Amino acid sequence: MIVSLERRANLTLTRRIGIQAGSVIAGALFGGLIVWLSGYDPVKAYGEIIGGSFGSGYALGQMLAASIPLATIALGTAVAFRVRVWNIGGEGQFYMGAFGATGIELVGGPAGWPSQVLIPAMVAAGFAAGAAWAALPGALRAYLGVNEIITTLMMNYIAILWVNYLVYGPWKDPQGHNFPFSPRFPDNATLRPLGLGQLHAGIVIPIVAAIVFLLLLSRTQWGYELRILGENPSAAAYAGISIRRNVMLAMLVSGGMAGIAGMVQVSGIVHVLSGQISTNYGYTAIIVAWLGQLHPMAILVVSMLFGALVNGGFAVSQAGIPQALGVLLQGVILLFALGAGDLFSRYRLVLGQAPGKKRAPLLPDDRSALSAQP
Amino acid sequence: MNGELLISICVAAIASGTSILLPALGEILAERSGVLNLGVEGMMLMGALFGYIADVETGNLGLALAVAILAGALLALIHAFVTITLRANQIVSGLAISLFGGGFTAFIGKPFVGSVAPAQLERIPLPGLAGIPVLGQVLFTQDPIVYGSFVLVPLMAYFIYRTRPGLSLRAVGESPATADAMGLSVISRRYLYTLAGGALAGVGGAYLSLFYTPTWIDGMTAGRGWIAVGLVVFGVWDPWRAMAGAYLFGFVDGFQLRAQALGSGIPQFFLNMLPYIFTIVVVAIASGERVQKRLGVPTALGQPYWREERT
Repeated sequence: MIVSLERRANLTLTRRIGIQAGSVIAGALFGGLIVWLSGYDPVKAYGEIIGGSFGSGYALGQMLAASIPLATIALGTAVAFRVRVWNIGGEGQFYMGAFGATGIELVGGPAGWPSQVLIPAMVAAGFAAGAAWAALPGALRAYLGVNEIITTLMMNYIAILWVNYLVYGPWKDPQGHNFPFSPRFPDNATLRPLGLGQLHAGIVIPIVAAIVFLLLLSRTQWGYELRILGENPSAAAYAGISIRRNVMLAMLVSGGMAGIAGMVQVSGIVHVLSGQISTNYGYTAIIVAWLGQLHPMAILVVSMLFGALVNGGFAVSQAGIPQALGVLLQGVILLFALGAGDLFSRYRLVLGQAPGKKRAPLLPDDRSALSAQP
Repeated sequence: MNGELLISICVAAIASGTSILLPALGEILAERSGVLNLGVEGMMLMGALFGYIADVETGNLGLALAVAILAGALLALIHAFVTITLRANQIVSGLAISLFGGGFTAFIGKPFVGSVAPAQLERIPLPGLAGIPVLGQVLFTQDPIVYGSFVLVPLMAYFIYRTRPGLSLRAVGESPATADAMGLSVISRRYLYTLAGGALAGVGGAYLSLFYTPTWIDGMTAGRGWIAVGLVVFGVWDPWRAMAGAYLFGFVDGFQLRAQALGSGIPQFFLNMLPYIFTIVVVAIASGERVQKRLGVPTALGQPYWREERT
């Protein structure tokens, strides 16, 4: 009796979703095991996470609010990953987007610009700042072949230091009791709350973006180019598709989306700029994009699950369990989805004798027919 | 800048550089075998935390280092299993490993935050050699891990370029199908070198928590694991060049720390950016050069190997 893997021809959508869901659950169970071995109560931990995200209208609002930045960043990341541009600088681009938006807010907020003008300007500035932050690693990759994984990551650290410089220095609120925050955003610079926890009007952004991306990817020439580039870059080059241009575009779009997410976070949730506006959103969004199989609609769904985990981190910390549990579970779930989920999407486990012995005959067995004749 | 200050920066540079050099050497082994390991940051944190815990519990430095090696290798085993056996995407798996390592160590290490390592590595001036002016002070008044790295770099260079197992290692990373046809086991070699990489990352992490800043704080590696991966690119997969890069990095780091301590008037946030900016610059320079000279990326880097699908 041996265990072997057999290639699956193709997979129905329901089975694919089933496999992914199964590996997420397996990951969650394994995470529970770690919690238990560390001397905490896993039932209590998961109870807090589920209760803190689904237990009430308020909890639901908190979960959705946490999923907004995740979905927004992940949608852009998915575009980059589709052309194998490994932009993992979402965290830094998020901070730069928040910086760009705050820059406009500092001018237009106190000056009393109407929010119909100020909010779109802040979104545009967020996009521009995030995209600009991604442009440097993008150009280095496109023109010098510099590995973007390392450069985008280094840019994360630099962006966070830059924002810290601002909020400890020139942008510190003079009336802020020396806390490292920018002045509080006035009402014309904040996204309208929807009355459910911290949920705010910014939720339309990932939904609209997902629909736009879906249409762009499936209905335009650009989407077609992205698909070919992702599947076979050398064929794409022969077909006259510019790799450089598409690498740059993917970087700018993914950086810009992360920038918008940063804007949405400061304008919708935090209402100040600080060095602590993100709980790892840029990194978590990478997991969201991957688990969502780089598909816009799937990303929206997965971002809610991970919104629950981010939110769950806060919830468990109030029950005396370290907040880092949230990040731990994210890593475990991604590892399970990667290892088991991707494997079982491509292959199936076959329990039985060695394949050579039990293989079904390719042709009807004609030897028996022969032997039947005298 | 006066001479004494420069020497003190150089002494600090070797120490800071060593925390990057060890993981970079490990990453060279893994990448040479064809496995891109982006989990170095997580593996360093594992080594830093578990080395520290072992130190706190037993006060035995040797044991602490052994535990750090095991902790780093254990996390590397997960990466190896997911990417080599299950053949998942190496980039995403590495990211997941780094995230998991960060989360896991912050979770487990919560009760240990804030105390100081009871038994710490100490500088031991080498008799005779330490007396050499300048050079002796910089190179030979260091701690045993630094001396170990002085030995490890030439050993590894010799191993990679001059020995039969080293040749096999390169073969597995350049053309796994050929190596396989020659009768070399691709899978077991990739496992071995990925684990060795994790072990070295673990030592690098423990070097931080037992010597460099002898305490435990979540995320205390502050990107050093990622910088080590960058240094491998800068070092074109060569131990000597990685060493040079690590000390250059250490110098930049030592410089910014001293500049902060002496009060240079430059905001500390800008000084703190220097190591990261430095990494981007050197990786960019090395990549440009590599493209021109077609130097050494292991051809099969990042690609899973599956005998039934070889071409």
